[in-house]
Parts: sequence; structure tokens; C-alpha cells
Amino acid sequence: MFLTRPLEALGRLVLRALEEAGEILLLLIQTCLWLLRPPLRLRLIFKQMEFVGVRSLNVTLLTGIFTGAVFALQSYHGFSLFGAESLVGSTVALALARELGPVLTSLMVTGRAGSAMAAELGTMRVTEQIDALYVMAVNPIQYLVAPRVVASILMLPVLTIIADYVGIVGGYVVGVHLLGINSGIFIAKIIEYVEFSDISMGLIKASFFGLIMSIVGCYKGFYTSGGAEGVGRATTESVVLASVLILGSDYFLTAIMF
Amino acid sequence: MAGNGDIIELKDLHKSFKRQKVLDGLSLAVPQGKITVIIGRSGSGKSVLLKHIIGLIKPDSGQVLVGGQDITRMDDHDLNGLRRRFGMLFQDAALFDSMNVGDNVAFPIREHARLGGEQLRRLVAEKLALVGLSGVEEKMPNELSGGMRKRAGLARAIALEPEIMLYDEPTTGLDPLLTDAINRLIKETGQRLGITSVVISHDIAGAFAMADQIAMLYQGRIIASGPPEELKLSENPVVQQFIHGRAEGPIEVL
Repeated sequence: MFLTRPLEALGRLVLRALEEAGEILLLLIQTCLWLLRPPLRLRLIFKQMEFVGVRSLNVTLLTGIFTGAVFALQSYHGFSLFGAESLVGSTVALALARELGPVLTSLMVTGRAGSAMAAELGTMRVTEQIDALYVMAVNPIQYLVAPRVVASILMLPVLTIIADYVGIVGGYVVGVHLLGINSGIFIAKIIEYVEFSDISMGLIKASFFGLIMSIVGCYKGFYTSGGAEGVGRATTESVVLASVLILGSDYFLTAIMF
Repeated sequence: MAGNGDIIELKDLHKSFKRQKVLDGLSLAVPQGKITVIIGRSGSGKSVLLKHIIGLIKPDSGQVLVGGQDITRMDDHDLNGLRRRFGMLFQDAALFDSMNVGDNVAFPIREHARLGGEQLRRLVAEKLALVGLSGVEEKMPNELSGGMRKRAGLARAIALEPEIMLYDEPTTGLDPLLTDAINRLIKETGQRLGITSVVISHDIAGAFAMADQIAMLYQGRIIASGPPEELKLSENPVVQQFIHGRAEGPIEVL
């Protein structure tokens, strides 16, 4: 008996994970279907775009600038060993456009907006506000989930392009002003090595991460149970799950796209 | 059991959550245009029963007939249509805390009646006046007291003049004066608008004062139902123990 017990536990864990994946997928399908039905709630979408996008600007700027700066500093140390300091600019720009911009921005926005989605919907669930929507013949998936998902898919690429830009500026400041790389070379190498597709693929990734962040946040919030404690749990779980899914899917997206 | 004047009929409902049986063969008929009060202990499944009536919870087996249609077999679209005939007051009012009180009351009207501007404003003021809450449109729900929230929730629930009103413990946690005021409000709105009301309550005095029919829920079934006078004379010891609020009797209290 006791020999099979760990296997049972493992089995339960796998089943629970599969169940959750299925539920998230189902919520996503329902969201897509509800988006096709009128009314298209533009006002709510704009409100969420403001919440996800505009109000994440500060954290995006700070993340971008420091990432670019530290990346320039680190790569300079490496490149100076074999006299290739001129490549610092293009290395920073490429890394930001392809990986660091979309991934770090998405992770930061997950912490800020994804968690807020789980907390807000979770509170609405435990205080029966979601039931109240059903009772008033308004579908909560259309009213609450769809605008958040659409807004996140639209705003994450916008934030990412901003992070890319200020990241390069951060790298420029460190590379050119602190480490003394020639300004013209720094920029010329960026233009030489960074393709348009590097940036656009990064933005497509960001959109995808926005989808993950919002659907996970909404899922955890929508199916919250157990009062204030449940809301806390949903919030934490949404951030952990969304972050892991973003990092995991990043590998596969990169493998497919580049 | 079910006469022609019954707008809601629950037939042999069974519902379990995980392993706990909540409804166990429950049947109940709600007469049209009357007030039916469902009494029973906390946690006996009264809210679950109410949520079955409006399709928020689906039973494991059994039928929920509203106007003769079985809502357990309806798809989302038909269910949405049916829900427009209902109004529901939730236990803690369930006001949207992202909107002010005026927008809360206007919400169902905006969604379904396509009214706007001055007309909408006047209708909202009228509904709020009906529950004695004039002039609080700009307040946020968290600035209101419990009693005010309940009344604002009531104003929102009756905004579209429903045929059927469901009340989930409308007076729990209110002081005796407000309890009486809300009970009167339920009775008055019911009579004036010809609404069928289903009320869940622990408030025995209030229940006997306003009900046309009282039903007692115990161990997942309706064990007694009828006009208040009839229930008072019931020989069922469980009913007697409950309406007289005694700790000793067939119901195990602790």
C-alpha cells in the first residue's frame, strides 16, 4: 500500500494540472465566443487599456532603463576581453528586442495588473457581484473577462516597445557616457545588426504574454472561493502561474519564431 | 400539490456539494403574486435553494419550473431572457463597488432598457425614493451603512419592474426598526406592483407578519408549508421548535 501512495499523489497532481489547463482553455474559448456577440464593450476595453497600459508606464520605464544599463555594463566586461566593445550596443538592443523587453515587461505587468485582475474578480465572486451580473442577465465573461483580455493583448506590445526603447537609451548612457564607447559606432552597430523582424517578433510574443497574464488572472479570480483568504490565494496563484507560463511559453515561441 | 396559480414549481430537487447533501428531494410551489417566506436554520441550504430558482446553480436532479418551463434544461440565451423577469436582492446587496449608487441602480436599465440622459436620471431617482434613499446617487457603496446598501440593492433589483423578486435574508444584521421598514417595503412593493416574492429569512416575527405562505426547510426538504396561521398550529415538533426558537427539541442545535 505505502509503496503506491507517492504514485497516487503524483497522479492527483497531474490530474489537477490537466484539469486546470482545461478550465483555462475553456474560459478562453468562451471569452472568444462572447467577443463575437454584441455588444462590444468599447468603454470597458478602453478603461482596461488605461489600467493595464497607461498605469504600468512607470514600472515599464524603470524596468527598461535599468535592464538596458546593467546589460551594457555586463556585456562590456565580456567584450572588452577580446576588444569587441563596439558590439555592446547591438547586443543590448538585440537582447532587449527579442527577449528582455517582452519577458520582463510582461512579468512586471503580471505583478501589477494580472494580480489586480485576480483580486478584483475574486472579490466580486465572493461578494456575489458576479452572481448579481448573471441575475441581471449580463454575462460576466463578456462584461469582465473579455475587456481585460483584449486590453492586455493590445497594450503589452505597446509597453514592450517603450521598454525596448528606454532600455537602449539606458545602455547608451552607460556604454557611451560611462564606459567611453564611441557614440557613432554604438548606434551604427545597432542599425547594422538589429532587423525589423527582431522587434516585431518580440512584440508578437508580448501580445501572447498579455493573453496569458490576463486569462490566468481572470481565471483565478473568476473561480475564487473561500472569502478574503480565497481572494488572497487566487491573487498569489495567478501571479505564480502566469509568470511560469510566460517563461515556459517564451522558450517555445522563440524556438518557433527565430 | 401545484395549483394553477403557481408561477414557480420545484420538483424533487437533489443537490450535493462534494459529499455533503444540501437538497434532498425538495419540492415547493410558489403561488403567483403572493409572498412566500422560506425559513430554516443557517446553513440549511436556503440560499442554495434560492439560487436554483434563478439558475445560478443547477440541481443534480429534479426540475425547476418557472411559468411552466423547466429552466434546468435551458441554454444560456434562454436563461438570460428568463432572468430579465427576475429581480434579486443578495445577502450583502452585491452592489458593484466600482460604481456609485446611481450607476448601480441605472445598471440594469442601461443594459436592457436603452434609456439615457434625463429620463434615466429621473427613473433612478424615482427607484431610490421608493426605498427611502433620495439623493445618494453620487455616493460609493462603501460609504453606505449596511441598511442603506440593502435598500440600494433593492432599488437596483426593482429597477426593471420584475415579475418575481427573490430576497436572500433581506433583514439579517439590521436593527429592529430597519428590519420592520424593509419587511414593509417588501410587502408594499409586492402588493403595489403585483410581484411574486420569495423571501429567505430567520426573522420569524417578520415572516409571520408579511407572508402569504411560509415554508420550512429542514434537512434538504420542505417539511411544512402553508399560510402562517396554519403553520403556527402545525403539529410537527421540528416546526414548533424552530418558530418558538427553543434549543431543546428534535433539531440538534449544537
